[in-house]
Amino acid sequence: MFMRGLKRKCFDGEEDIEGTLAGIKAIPSYNLQRQSLLDMSLVKLQLCHMLVEPNLCRSVLIANTVRQIQEEMTQDGTWQMINMQNTGQASVDRLVSTDILCRSSREQAEGKHVPGYSTFSKDFEGDQAQDSSETMSTASSVQALRNLQSNVWEMENSQENKGNFQKSLDQIFETLENKSPNSVEDLFSEVDNSYYDLDTMLTGMMSNTKMGHCDGLEPFPSPTTTTSSSNCKSDLNELDHIVEILVES
Amino acid sequence: MFFSPFFKYRFWKMKCFSRYLPYIFRPANTILSSSCHTEADIISTVEFNHTGELLATGDKGGRVVIFQREQESKNQPHRRGEYNVYSTFQSHEPEFDYLKSLEIEEKINKIRWLPQQNAAYFLLSTNDKTVKLWKVSERDKRPEGYNLKDEDGRLRDPSMITSLRVPVLRPMDLMVEATPRRVFANAHTYHINSISVNSDYETYMSADDLRINLWNFEITNQSFNIVDIKPANMEELTEVITAAEFHPHHCNTFVYSSSKGTIRLCDMRTSALCDRHAKFFEEPEDPSNRSFFSEIISSISDVKFSHSGRYIMTRDYLTVKVWDLNMENRPIETYQVHDYLRSKLCSLYENDCIFDKFECVWNGSDSVIMTGSYNNFFRMFDRNTKRDVTLEASRENSKPRAVLKPRKVCVGGKRRKDEISVDSLDFSKKILHTAWHPSENIIAVAATNNLYIFQDKVN
Repeated sequence: MFMRGLKRKCFDGEEDIEGTLAGIKAIPSYNLQRQSLLDMSLVKLQLCHMLVEPNLCRSVLIANTVRQIQEEMTQDGTWQMINMQNTGQASVDRLVSTDILCRSSREQAEGKHVPGYSTFSKDFEGDQAQDSSETMSTASSVQALRNLQSNVWEMENSQENKGNFQKSLDQIFETLENKSPNSVEDLFSEVDNSYYDLDTMLTGMMSNTKMGHCDGLEPFPSPTTTTSSSNCKSDLNELDHIVEILVES
Repeated sequence: MFFSPFFKYRFWKMKCFSRYLPYIFRPANTILSSSCHTEADIISTVEFNHTGELLATGDKGGRVVIFQREQESKNQPHRRGEYNVYSTFQSHEPEFDYLKSLEIEEKINKIRWLPQQNAAYFLLSTNDKTVKLWKVSERDKRPEGYNLKDEDGRLRDPSMITSLRVPVLRPMDLMVEATPRRVFANAHTYHINSISVNSDYETYMSADDLRINLWNFEITNQSFNIVDIKPANMEELTEVITAAEFHPHHCNTFVYSSSKGTIRLCDMRTSALCDRHAKFFEEPEDPSNRSFFSEIISSISDVKFSHSGRYIMTRDYLTVKVWDLNMENRPIETYQVHDYLRSKLCSLYENDCIFDKFECVWNGSDSVIMTGSYNNFFRMFDRNTKRDVTLEASRENSKPRAVLKPRKVCVGGKRRKDEISVDSLDFSKKILHTAWHPSENIIAVAATNNLYIFQDKVN
């Protein structure tokens, strides 16, 4: 498929600059770039939970990008190696699509194995999120990525608890790197219930608010629960709503 | 003042219409800002009618504003052909889908005019789910002298009426009223991205991400599904419909574009469900340009037939392409809109700009094509001379009637005085929607909440 030599397009222009800095900084490796692109894509897909139906074209394009990366990683052998490290049983054949459903935090605590990827388009089609058997495996089974998953899941919890948030993607990544619950809380400390638009959020245009809707629209349901498992259940209920977005009735 | 001696047209600004929320409704922290507009003011579609006399715009708040061109008058020759607001109405309201717990945006995705058949004007406007047919008509007379009610509308006591009179029509101040004549609802599961009026003027089509429906203007409770690309198993979904249009002359022919950069031409005479295309237009991928973003930037955001019906034009993220209907394996012309963005695709993916859907338009004679870009730039390409020009729609640099100065983006190396570097481009200022008058060189350019109207300098 792709030749490695042609692929270094992720970090725009930085390579040139960094190359001339007498090797002070290491140029990001192709694998790192690819991994970063995969992470970014998966976060983008997860952030599609909002009041308005997500843009299907955008979701499909991002999903195809993720699939493309997965296929390449499979061919590299990187994928298989990673899977076998962590699950010991995942088969490369399951590597068709990505599941973006929530996984109960209980499962995570128990260290339940996620079978790599299951069907991706839960995002699209309403295969109902049932119990705790549904999983949100958001990326490869690389440990770092697992942490990313669990943190994103926490973020999802907070998101659904508080309703909406307006932060740029950079800040999300920062928070995830910190990997501490406190920082996640800080992230949402200034959340308000005003309507938000995914596009404006990701492009950092935070001043735009959708006028005229806040009044007529109920705030996004925000169950206030304290235990993680009941959090999970109520969030799963909400996720049912969200997943039903693309159910064909 | 620099002119472009090379490009055929030299445009000057006629007018700029801005939408702003009145002060009392602005959020407190922006009340002193001169550029305060709400998201509802963002223009989402622009369309001239078939004579060019009217120009319709739709915005994110569900409103339609129609401008009318002034008749030329000898008394005020300098106001020749200016556009002024003709009618404003609320076309769509936000709705809530209780079944799915989702809001349905009121944003007007597209407006299409019907050809004029009587004194009234008709247009179709659509949001994500519902298409509406609006009638815009003028009233400049009203009847006076009713028998059963007085001038205020109060009923008169019949026993007090001693004589009969015939009501007469008296002139009144011109009133333009818009009334919804048809509502075409509940036919789309996914978001409507295109509507197109058929050349038979009896039917039209509406296209969403996965399906295209054919409607008769008179029938609102049913529509025919003519294209369905929804896979049986949604897990296999990899491609969506991005735009669709009827052929300007052949009422049986239409095209639709996809997120994979392909165009399918269908003939409705072959079968009821046009899942099999009659023609399939796709350009083979250039292997030297492949990257993880290749598919995304090949996704077609707009497709337009030429007025002649011989060509179609498509817009993807970086280019505009012209295709001959008789040649399916590659376009006959490719124009680079902003190729300097090719090295920035990762950042544009991160901030979602790579998903921006730019539209493209033909001029009346199909000799020039126009499309938008970032930083409030828009580009024109002359198909005959192969020359192109970049212009900017902005308030600062243009006094009324000042000729637009061509702009240039500098890609690297020394930046000349009037050039702007790629890194200084403002990606929040994007021109997605433009329109070209059907017969004259007048263009309408929507820049966020501002509508610019430019005219070719003929003198």
